[in-house]
Amino acid sequence: MSSIPVDPHSGSRMTDNTENHPGAREPLVLNMDRFSQVTQQVCQVAEARRTPMAWYICFALSLGCLGVLGFCVLYLILTGVGVWGLNNPVMWAFDITNFVFWVGIGHAGTLISAILFLFRQKWRTGINRFAEAMTIFAVICAGLFPGIHVGRVWVVYWLFPLPNQMEMWPQFRSPLLWDVFAVGTYFTVSLLFWFTGMVPDLATLRDRAKGKIQQIAYGAFSLGWRGSNRHWHRYERAYLLLAALSTPLVLSVHSVVSFDFATSQLPGWHTTIFPPYFVAGAIFSGFAMVVTLAVPAREMFGLKNLITIRHLDNMNKIILVTGCMVGYAYSMEFFIAWYSGALYEKFAFLNRAFGQYWWAYFLMVGCNVITPQLFWFKAIRTSIPIMFVLSLLVNVGMWFERFVIIVSSLANDFLPSSWDVFVPTWVDIGTLLGSFGLFMVLFLLFCRFIPMIAIAEIKAIMPQADPHFDEHGSDDHEAQEETKGEVTS
Amino acid sequence: MHRGLFLVSRFLFPRWSNGLLPLIVVVGGIMPVYVVYFVAFGFSPKTLEVGYQPVQPVPFSHALHAGELGMDCRYCHNTVERAGHAAIPPTQTCMNCHTQIKPESPKLTEIHASYESGLPVEWIKVHHVADYAYFNHSAHVNRGVGCVSCHGRIDQMEVVYQAMPMSMGWCLDCHRNPEPNLRPVSQLTNMAWGLEPDLTEQDLQMIAGERAKVLDLYHISPSENCSTCHR
Repeated sequence: MSSIPVDPHSGSRMTDNTENHPGAREPLVLNMDRFSQVTQQVCQVAEARRTPMAWYICFALSLGCLGVLGFCVLYLILTGVGVWGLNNPVMWAFDITNFVFWVGIGHAGTLISAILFLFRQKWRTGINRFAEAMTIFAVICAGLFPGIHVGRVWVVYWLFPLPNQMEMWPQFRSPLLWDVFAVGTYFTVSLLFWFTGMVPDLATLRDRAKGKIQQIAYGAFSLGWRGSNRHWHRYERAYLLLAALSTPLVLSVHSVVSFDFATSQLPGWHTTIFPPYFVAGAIFSGFAMVVTLAVPAREMFGLKNLITIRHLDNMNKIILVTGCMVGYAYSMEFFIAWYSGALYEKFAFLNRAFGQYWWAYFLMVGCNVITPQLFWFKAIRTSIPIMFVLSLLVNVGMWFERFVIIVSSLANDFLPSSWDVFVPTWVDIGTLLGSFGLFMVLFLLFCRFIPMIAIAEIKAIMPQADPHFDEHGSDDHEAQEETKGEVTS
Repeated sequence: MHRGLFLVSRFLFPRWSNGLLPLIVVVGGIMPVYVVYFVAFGFSPKTLEVGYQPVQPVPFSHALHAGELGMDCRYCHNTVERAGHAAIPPTQTCMNCHTQIKPESPKLTEIHASYESGLPVEWIKVHHVADYAYFNHSAHVNRGVGCVSCHGRIDQMEVVYQAMPMSMGWCLDCHRNPEPNLRPVSQLTNMAWGLEPDLTEQDLQMIAGERAKVLDLYHISPSENCSTCHR
C-alpha cells in the first residue's frame, strides 16, 4: 500500500496540502507513487519534442524586449549617458534603481537554496532550482547597469583592481568598489551552487537523452557523474559547504549595496537602518518574483504536484513577514528623521512623501506595505490569481522603493538652487523594459532545457524515501488517514 | 534512496580525458593571471613606445649640435620657459647659422628648399602625450625639472628616440617623489648634470643637497589629482 494521501471524502488524489495536522506532515509531493514518476515528469519538459505554444509566445515577446535592450544600450554607448534623463543633482536614476532592483530579486534564490537548506526546510526542494536560476539571471541583469552607467563602457575594466600602466587603482575605501566584489562573489557562488546541485539531474537527462547533441551536451555538463556512493558523498559535502558559503551572502550582498547610499552624506541616504532594511526588501521582492514566475511555470509545464499550493502558501507567508519588516523600516525612517532634529533629514523625508515624487512614494507604500497585509488571510495566500496579482504589485512597489530612495533624495538635496526634476527618456524606459526581456529570455531557456525541479533532491522528501517506508503495515496507514479525515471534517 | 537510474554509463568521459585534468587546472589557474599581466605590461607604453625613432626629413643630429657643439636646448626650443608647448624651431633658426656654416652641405637640401618656399619642414613628433593629458613645459622647467628627466640623453642621440615610457604611471612616479628629478635651474639643459661617470661620494652628497634645496626653494609638492592633468 502506498502512503499517498487520499482525500477521505471524494476518494480522489489530494491537491490541497495546506492544512496542518498535529503529528502528521503534509506531503510536499502529490500524486506520486514511485521515484521514476518524478524523473519522468520533470525530464519530459526538457525532453519534449514539441515546445508548448505558450513558451514560444513568451519567448518571442521576451526576445523582442531583449532587442529593445540591445538597441538602447548600443545607442547609449554610441551617444553617451546624456540619452538618459539624468541631470545635475540627479546623477543616478533608472540605472541604479534597476541595478538595486535586480540584485534584490536575486536574494530569494539564495535564501531558499542556502538558508532554508541549512534549516532543513523540506519545502525548499520543490522551488530551489528555479529560484536559484532566477538569482543568477537577476544578477546578470543587475550587473549590466553599473557596467553601462559609467558612460565609457570600453574602460569598464577599471572597476576591477588590475595592474596597469597608469598605476591607478580603484578607491578601496569606496562602497562602490565593495559592491563590485560583493556582487561578483555573489554571482560566482550562486552559479557554483546552482551548477553543483544540478549535476545529478543533468546526468539523468544525459542517460535519458536520445539525440547525439543532447547526449554530448548533458554528458559534458554532468561532469562524468555515475551516481556512485563516493560521488554522492562528495556531492552532499560540496552542497553543504556551498550552502554555508552562500548563507552570509544573503545578508552581506544587499548590505553592501545599501552602503552605496548609507555611507554618503546625502539626507535620505545617510541612514544606519539601510543594511537590514535593504536585505528585508531584497528577500521581499525576491520571493514576490519567485511567486510571479512559479505560478505560470507550474501551469505551463504541468508541475502543480511538485510546486504545490503549500509551497506557494509558504512563500506568501515569507512575503508577509518581510513586507512587515519593510513597512516597519519605512515608518522608522520617518521617526528617526523627526527624532534626529536634523533640519535636512526632516525635510528629506517630508519631501519624499509630499514633494514632487509623492505619487511614487504612495505607490511604493501601497504596494509594499498594504498589499502583503492581505496575505494574513489563508484564502488569499492559496488563491492562484490573487497571489499572482499581489506578487506583481510587490515587484512594482519594490522597483519604486529604489526609485524613491535614489531620485527623491538626489533631486532635492541641501541647496535649493540646484534642485531639479528627473524625467525619464524613452531610452531609460526601454532599458528597464529590455532588462526584463533579458531576464525572461534566460529564464525561458532554462525552463526548456534544464530540469526545473531538483529531481534527485525532491525524491528525498517523498514518503518513499523513508528507510522504514516499506516496513509500515497498511493498517497503520489507514488508521492515520482516518484520523486526518476526522480533523478536517 | 534508489539511485540505480544514475548508473547507466554510456555517455561518460573517455578514460584518456583524465589526462586533461591537470591541463585544465593549470590553464584555468594560470591563464587569467597571465592575461592580466600580459595586458598590463605587454600593452604598456614602456613596452610599446620606448625606443620609437622615426626617420626625420632632415638628417639633423642632436648628438652633434647639443652634444659636441654644446648648444643650449633653448636656442632652438625657445618657448619652454614661457609656454606649455616646447617650440619646434622654424627653418629660419637653422639658417641663422647655416648661411655661414657648411651652407653647401647636401644634408641641408630640405632646409634650403623649405627656406626658399616658406613651407616648414615636416618634422615628425617623437614625444607624444595624449590629448586628454595637459602637460605644461614651463611649469616643470621653471621649477628645476631638467630636459633629461623626460627626454633622456638627447645630447647623445644621432636621431632622437623616445627614451622614457611617458605613461601615466611614469608621470605619477615623479609626482609622488619629485626630488630625484630636480636640479638647480642653472643646470636645466645640462644633460650630464648628476650623471657624470666619475662622481665621488662627496659629489653625490652635494648633488643630493642641491636637489633638496630646489625642493624647498620652490615648495614643490606635486598634485596627484585627476584634474591636474585631465582638465
